[in-house]
Amino acid sequence: MSRQFMKGCEAIAEAAVRAGCRFFAGYPITPQNEVPEYFARRMPEVGGAFVQGESEVASINMVYGAASTGTRSMTSSSSPGVALKSEGISYCASARIPMVYANVSRGGPGVGSIQPAQMDYLQATKASGNGGFQMMVLAPASVQEVVDLTYAAFDYADRDRNPVCLLVDGVIGTMMEPIELPDFKSDEEVDKMKEAKKSWACVGHRLDYPNRSWIEPGHWKTSDMQKANEDAAALYKSWEKDVQVEEYFVDDAEIVIAAYGISARTSKTAIDILRKEGIKAGMIRPITLNPFPHKSFENLDYSRVKAILDVEMSIPAQFINDVAVGVNNRCPIETCLCSGGNLMKRSTIIESVKKINAELGGK
Amino acid sequence: METNLCIAGFGGQGVMTIGKFLASATCDSTDKNVTFFPSYGAEQRGGTANCFVVISDEEIGAPLGDVMDDLIVLNDPSLQKFLNTVKPGGNLFINSSIVSGDIERDDVNVIKAPVTEIALVLGNSKVLNVIMLGVYVGYTEVVPPEVVWGTIEKKLGSKAKLLPLNREAFERGLAIGREYKNN
Amino acid sequence: MEKIYSRTKTIQEDKVSGFCPGCFHSTIIKLIGEVLEELNVVDKTACVLGIGCCGLHMDYIAYDNTTAPHGRATAVATGMKRANPETLVFTYQGDGDFAAIGLGESISAANRGENITVIFVNNGIYGMTGGQMAPTTLMGMKASTAPKGRIAKEHGYPMHMCEILNQLTAPAYLERTSCNTVANVIKTKKAIKKAFQNQLDGKGFSMVEIVSNCPTNWGVDPLASLDFIEEKMLVEYPLGVIRDK
Repeated sequence: MSRQFMKGCEAIAEAAVRAGCRFFAGYPITPQNEVPEYFARRMPEVGGAFVQGESEVASINMVYGAASTGTRSMTSSSSPGVALKSEGISYCASARIPMVYANVSRGGPGVGSIQPAQMDYLQATKASGNGGFQMMVLAPASVQEVVDLTYAAFDYADRDRNPVCLLVDGVIGTMMEPIELPDFKSDEEVDKMKEAKKSWACVGHRLDYPNRSWIEPGHWKTSDMQKANEDAAALYKSWEKDVQVEEYFVDDAEIVIAAYGISARTSKTAIDILRKEGIKAGMIRPITLNPFPHKSFENLDYSRVKAILDVEMSIPAQFINDVAVGVNNRCPIETCLCSGGNLMKRSTIIESVKKINAELGGK
Repeated sequence: METNLCIAGFGGQGVMTIGKFLASATCDSTDKNVTFFPSYGAEQRGGTANCFVVISDEEIGAPLGDVMDDLIVLNDPSLQKFLNTVKPGGNLFINSSIVSGDIERDDVNVIKAPVTEIALVLGNSKVLNVIMLGVYVGYTEVVPPEVVWGTIEKKLGSKAKLLPLNREAFERGLAIGREYKNN
Repeated sequence: MEKIYSRTKTIQEDKVSGFCPGCFHSTIIKLIGEVLEELNVVDKTACVLGIGCCGLHMDYIAYDNTTAPHGRATAVATGMKRANPETLVFTYQGDGDFAAIGLGESISAANRGENITVIFVNNGIYGMTGGQMAPTTLMGMKASTAPKGRIAKEHGYPMHMCEILNQLTAPAYLERTSCNTVANVIKTKKAIKKAFQNQLDGKGFSMVEIVSNCPTNWGVDPLASLDFIEEKMLVEYPLGVIRDK
């Protein structure tokens, strides 16, 4: 298949349609407007439905309804819009509704800046709503990865009956790159996937109380609620097998960069330059932020690794909290941060690594 | 080999189109890696607009480099804002019709093209970006001109009646770029 | 002996309703069930319940249902219906849900002319949470958050949802009914049937606003609540067909 030149946001939409997504609801917010715009054009071509909701709140709830029928469904937004969706996301997680949402994230709390940033790490991985639920969180670092992870996200969602979050930083969402698209799932395959969910889908069933479809976003009985929470916890634990991580020159690295998404991309070229100068830098890039590849950090040889450099477009640092779990105080963790909509510069990363190298080498 | 290009001007001048056409042409015609990254202000018109194109044989890291090999400026504020990002020996393409500020560097190659004036002579101010794209391709030969033209043709698809005008605009730009290159 | 009436099978046989004595919720859900059976659509029905006492139905009704976040029932129903048009989708919402927190979703779904049915139960007060003021609370009526009664200067005036939605072009059918008399119960059932039939006929947004009671939070016995409806509620909320196209 020949390569095409596509924008990250449009790639989300096309990959979703190819994965069998047949319902999308969303609301305008920069920098993800190309997602709903693309779906608005594309859905009628494939017999799917597109609705521009009156708000992010309405949109996520439309997705809650659509996904409750067993239809592969998604929504997208950007940081403040995702905050508005958090109640609906929590309902989907509690009711165990498979759906996918993309956060093409931007800077700062509040309305923030419309420029790209990585300020929603903790929100995405730890608390996208009330009640302590979790989702798989996927963090692409290229438009091709946007395609591949979006396509896979629907399978994860259906497998687990749980929402999946695509954390796509604003740079990846707005940049264009050559990509190859996956197969278009046929109408028969899409119907089959929906049919497979019919036992629980809220579409009408023969009158038979014990077997009615009852999509419960909560439970009156405390024992039922505890059971649901235990089931969910077991699901979250099962994700250890789904960890995806890229390790770059980790085998002999003395300084290991920890980064995800766009920061990891920039770090990679910084490492190439540093290595040419004889500085042994490497990188661990989580592709799944939840489940987090703690083992990659646990298993580093700390007799060789002198320091970790946490590179992220967030101030204060957020991703560092998960990095620290695996490192477990066995070496210092330094930070290289920017925020507010400025992109992490390669030169800043290089300087940070060199500074650490000089300090440690002097010991 | 990696080329970093920044294109900057007012919103509405077709800044993004230059970048997208060039990057798409690279994607269509080569095996190179290429990225296009836009940076908008909040305004739809009038505010500043700039975008970045990276073309490389290697895997591309950030979609905008710290240092630019080439800079295209379509207005004065962009010149002031981005001049210092150009590497020594880099190329600066300016819309000399309206960019009147002094170029306070003597270590860059300056290619001046009065693209606004030419566009008006051709009868449509909107084609100034296609002229500038021609200038850039004619000078750098980063992608073969015919490939770039093929992409323009494809993108204009539904507006076939605009093709002759755009062809003329592109050719005028190519000629200016080639002239600078050969001097 | 001939059996001339039996309980609708859409409510589980072994369940006893937990609604307060005299509350219309039990009546209304029974009427809905009877209509679904008469239209022979029980096996293709999905109900979206609002939050509040409405949501208690989840434990009694025997057909497919889910509970929407507070106020979002019409958005959830929109998604359900668009993704699966062959299902009969209706929302069941109180006045806090439909007219306060969900006002945006309610008006927007009506304005899009979504082919769904809304059963809007208006008793002028928040029931489940303990008698707080609603947008539909009558002037002077006491509520736990309006201890001196509703005052225009502080709280504004009661909201008339049928009339508000009647400003829009898209809705197909808007009717206000009550269950305070036998005759009104019969009219309510007729209205529900029409609102469902409209959806089956693809006519678009239909809503039945049912003026209801809350003996517990109104602080009156069930019979007195019927008088209150007749004398007070129906003066503010006159019954009738507001839109039928």
